[in-house]
Amino acid sequence: MSKLSIFTKGFLKENPTFVLLLGLCPTLATTTTALNGVGMGLATLFVLVLSNIVISAIAPVVPDKVHIPVYIVVIATFVTILQFLMQAYTPGMYKSLGLFIPLIVVNCIVLGRAEAFASKNGILDSALDGLGIGLGFTVSLMVLGLVRELLGSGSVFGWKLFSGDGILVFVMAPGAFLVLGYLMVLFNKLAKKE
Amino acid sequence: MEFLLIIISAIFVNNIMLAQFLGTCPFIGVSGRLSTATGMSGAVCFVITLSTLVTYLINKYLLVPFGLTFLQTIAFILVIAALVQMVEIVLKKISPSLYQALGIFLPLITTNCAVLGVALNVVTKEFTFGGGPAHMLGLGEAVVYAFATSLGYGLAMVLFAGLREHLDLNDVPKPFRGVPIALVTVGILAMAFMGFSGIV
Repeated sequence: MSKLSIFTKGFLKENPTFVLLLGLCPTLATTTTALNGVGMGLATLFVLVLSNIVISAIAPVVPDKVHIPVYIVVIATFVTILQFLMQAYTPGMYKSLGLFIPLIVVNCIVLGRAEAFASKNGILDSALDGLGIGLGFTVSLMVLGLVRELLGSGSVFGWKLFSGDGILVFVMAPGAFLVLGYLMVLFNKLAKKE
Repeated sequence: MEFLLIIISAIFVNNIMLAQFLGTCPFIGVSGRLSTATGMSGAVCFVITLSTLVTYLINKYLLVPFGLTFLQTIAFILVIAALVQMVEIVLKKISPSLYQALGIFLPLITTNCAVLGVALNVVTKEFTFGGGPAHMLGLGEAVVYAFATSLGYGLAMVLFAGLREHLDLNDVPKPFRGVPIALVTVGILAMAFMGFSGIV
């Protein structure tokens, strides 16, 4: 596989949200606004790239029987580093994402890429894979956040487009499921056409 | 009385799946059939309650006294992984048929964010029940909260599995088939559960 296709497959062919259906919890919970969606996506991207690099480097020497616990500890370490960084530099975002920052540890995208890609490929390829999948995840979250913010509070990235309250249900829990469901339908329809 | 409030609030008002979005992946994954959904709920219920008990004690007597609370995430996930391994061994011995049915999803409880989410929630967040003052949970309250939360997860999963078995019999438009129609159904289910808000 060429370097370019390793990088770009995360956007459409192996899009983590719409095709692989991984990491649905943060996808649904943090996309109340487009900005939160982007923040969550970038936080996941950070952990994904670094853990992919380290795991591809240590994979040859990790015994097969304990590889899952070892990978989880590597991922948890980067999540803890991320928590410190976000507390220091983006305290507002850290607060609004809340529980879902530590929960990146159990995001199936990260462990999934470690298991399916990083443990079998070189360091550079793994970094590119992490970058591509992470960006694909960020874009999906941003689209979901955009739709929910626009319908739910009538704004885009915090800019008020029309006055009034919007349809509140889209910011709340049921809206998340509905919007993701319908976006997936749209994705299926467009992807089939190609 | 307070325990009753905790239970009602955790099962209906703040349902972990339908209001807090924790544990969505296995929810979509195993809810295709009623029997696997029931088995999975039982396993999750056991793991959540037990792991919350253990992580609460570790946090209180090990991490907090030594100023190591930043290690919460790493310590908790290790405890949960070990517990899941144990449940797997026990289940293999007692009920091989259930073990077969749960298949891949049993080791995946480790990465079910509901488990880590509840464990982290009870040691970091302040709770209010029935207009009382906000406070950190005691050990008894934490375990009751964890148990009730997992019951709520089970309830949502079993309800949804029942709905999904009927969905299969219907003629669903092609792009909607599979996960999209499931998500739309969960959305409507979540809307129904919103009716409970305000009772506690």
